Amino acid sequence: MNKRKLEEAFFKGLMLLSTSIVVGSLLAVFAVVILNGAPALSLSMLTQTPKGGYYLGKEGGILNAIIGSVYLAIGATALAFLLSLPIALYLNEYARKSRFASLTRLSLDVLWGIPSIVYGAFAFIIMLYLGARASLLWGIITVSLFVFPIMTRAIDEVMKMSPFKLREASYALGSTRLETALKVVTRQALPGMLTAVLLAFGRGIGDAASVLLTAGYTDSVPHSLFDPVATLPLAVFFQLGTPIPEVQQRAYASGVILLVLVLLLSIASRLSTRKFMKYVIK
Amino acid sequence: MDRRLEDIFASKLMLLATIFSSLILFIMAFALFQRSNPILRTRSLSELFLTSSWRPMMGEFGFHPFIIGTLSVTCLSMILAIPICLLSTIYLAEYAPSKVRGTIKPLIDLLAGIPSVIYGLWGVLLVIPLIRYYIAPFVGATTTGYSVLAGGIVLAIMVFPIIISVSEEVFTTVPFEVREASFALGATKWQTVKHVVMRQALPGFIAATILGFSRAFGETMAVLMVIGNVAKAPSSLFDPAYSLPALIANNYGEMMSIPLYDSALLFAALILLLLMAFFSILARIVLLRIERRSV
Repeated sequence: MNKRKLEEAFFKGLMLLSTSIVVGSLLAVFAVVILNGAPALSLSMLTQTPKGGYYLGKEGGILNAIIGSVYLAIGATALAFLLSLPIALYLNEYARKSRFASLTRLSLDVLWGIPSIVYGAFAFIIMLYLGARASLLWGIITVSLFVFPIMTRAIDEVMKMSPFKLREASYALGSTRLETALKVVTRQALPGMLTAVLLAFGRGIGDAASVLLTAGYTDSVPHSLFDPVATLPLAVFFQLGTPIPEVQQRAYASGVILLVLVLLLSIASRLSTRKFMKYVIK
Repeated sequence: MDRRLEDIFASKLMLLATIFSSLILFIMAFALFQRSNPILRTRSLSELFLTSSWRPMMGEFGFHPFIIGTLSVTCLSMILAIPICLLSTIYLAEYAPSKVRGTIKPLIDLLAGIPSVIYGLWGVLLVIPLIRYYIAPFVGATTTGYSVLAGGIVLAIMVFPIIISVSEEVFTTVPFEVREASFALGATKWQTVKHVVMRQALPGFIAATILGFSRAFGETMAVLMVIGNVAKAPSSLFDPAYSLPALIANNYGEMMSIPLYDSALLFAALILLLLMAFFSILARIVLLRIERRSV
């Protein structure tokens, strides 16, 4: 075997090692969190709100955080979608390849890179200015600000992919740009849009830093938009911070719930993409 | 006529949303700047960045330990992540059979979707005991485990997906003919990758690394959970440290009750915003150039 082949084999070995580290770290995250959290998982964790003395190891569950996270993520995803769809349509159907479109894309990419804690700090300033208190509503606004760039760019990418000929066909039938955008392009991009929405939903449900400053934390399920709200990531974080082992166990269990939720979202996104693919004209 | 009006009206509304999205960055920067003005007016930048005494009660705001803390975990995570990401990208883009690639890529996407609190939890459960009981005694150091090293390891894993997925895309933009030309000259696959493909893909890989760097720099919860949060510049890998995002997350609650404290914390947010914007623009410019080349 000559030197060249030896070098090739050596680096190929290193590549396989690196790839296994990457995949292995994913498995390690799942294995460690689930192995530690599963024993502490119980039905009451899922169905009860914290009772008195919960944080000292007494009865209760984290239903407040589960429902809080779901409310928050649904609200934020819906709000972000209301902003994302028009922007993506404008970029693809009206602005096209103009300088304005590429600058907007750049600024969305930059927004995508801004850490969520900065969005939290910004929303906090606005809240101070308006004299608002931490609540579900402000949590939703903050998270939607933080996920809309991700959602917009993802929708934008799938809309870019849809063939121009489809649009030409629609224009030739006398439809306006708006009609083409809503009835042809949107339908064509549907699977990709769904993925984008679920991606944003996953981001929203998993983020802790931005809601830390704006959504507050409470032991009860919120009844209105103006109530403070607990979220799952913060439930993990706060329970882990207590010195009592039983409560820390529950932090692990809460971690499992969050992880399973994210995993389910990821699977749902894959399946639904496949299901809606059949409406797409290739 | 009605439909035309509808079209025009809708386009203006969409334009409004688009303009808003371009402006929000500046609105955020402006709001944060406004709130950090009080501290910027009473202290010089060099005083803020270079002094290391952080005592809000006494009116002393030295960001030095936090900047060093953030930089050291971020740089450590990059040192760990870069070789691993480069090698696995080369494997996925150049060597892996399409079946293997098809299995690994969704797994990497999944890695990207895991919430940062889970990474933090994982760090607390696995990385910290590992450092405390195995790694530190092995090199003769004592530590609680909450350290720069723990932060670096957790962050490295968190940036894997972003670096790998961006740079893999860059590798696929390198035209196949270039490889064929190299093969035709008798080069082995590795020689082709090393001398030909890498040369073309390097700027893109650097851009991907910058994106990973900025993601790591701004990461809050995972770092906060494993780094120890001691406001003193670390002098070894096993020392605890404190990061800028963690500083904001830990102290927002009391910041309104001490004069200038809120201003100092929001100044920290402003620094994060400006740095991240700078890095993102840098990386995107490089990536845009590559995109243009490939079309």
